[in-house]
Amino acid sequence: MMGLNENIDLIRDVLSWGLFLIGGAGIVVGALGIVRFPDFYSRLHGAGVTDTAGAELMVFAMMLQAPNWLVFAKLVIIAIFLGLTSPVATHAIAHAAWMTGFRPMEGPELRYDGDGK
Amino acid sequence: MGRILVMVIALTALWLLLSGYFDKPLLLIFGAASVALATWLAHRAHVLDAESIPGGVFPGIIGYMAWLTFEIGKANLIVARHALAVKPALSPKLFLVPNPPRSSVGKVIFGNSITLTPGTVTVDLREDEILVHALTEELADEAGIRAMGDRVANIERRP
Repeated sequence: MMGLNENIDLIRDVLSWGLFLIGGAGIVVGALGIVRFPDFYSRLHGAGVTDTAGAELMVFAMMLQAPNWLVFAKLVIIAIFLGLTSPVATHAIAHAAWMTGFRPMEGPELRYDGDGK
Repeated sequence: MGRILVMVIALTALWLLLSGYFDKPLLLIFGAASVALATWLAHRAHVLDAESIPGGVFPGIIGYMAWLTFEIGKANLIVARHALAVKPALSPKLFLVPNPPRSSVGKVIFGNSITLTPGTVTVDLREDEILVHALTEELADEAGIRAMGDRVANIERRP
């Protein structure tokens, strides 16, 4: 016979392991995208998967394992700061490339048109 | 004055959460002193404005973040499928969308939301429009991104 607390611990472990696995898969898929996509701008999208699905799901999984609510609150703060800072970093890189005159491949044929908008 | 109060409450909450000291008087006094010092310095430097204390986006931002999380999940699946495809069928595209929020905080929230959604990146943030790079034709959902911009403009709707 399992007590109620053990049941809750089991559910918590299963959920957090599921999130850890999905988050880990997100990080691997994002890394694959960075390697496989053809040009600089499209590689940024691969990094986007690592930033969101990967990192955030890992933090959510850790929240389920938090031993007390203080640790939980710190993880919430980490999740918020990750969500605020990673798009700023991505935009800084993309904007720097744009300002130096680097233009992306466009269309299904992946050509460099370089007209600039 | 209201902004100073919000700053004090936010800093106190952050200090208590990060330190976890609730019953050590000496440390609490030091904490209160550091909150007071930080607030006074921020006030003296004139940085306590609508950009550093964006009260106008509450409480709408909370519902918006929940909605955005869902959108990010959907876009993640699409980009992951392209990353894993044997032959990725990409059709990258640059396009302009209007940037309807009026405050600079709203414009930044919209720009960050586009970047945070996998498959679209904010390349250039201009006065009233945003240059977006999308991974495929399917992800370059102009109507959807316009709707997102209107959503952001709605949550900051307060003079």
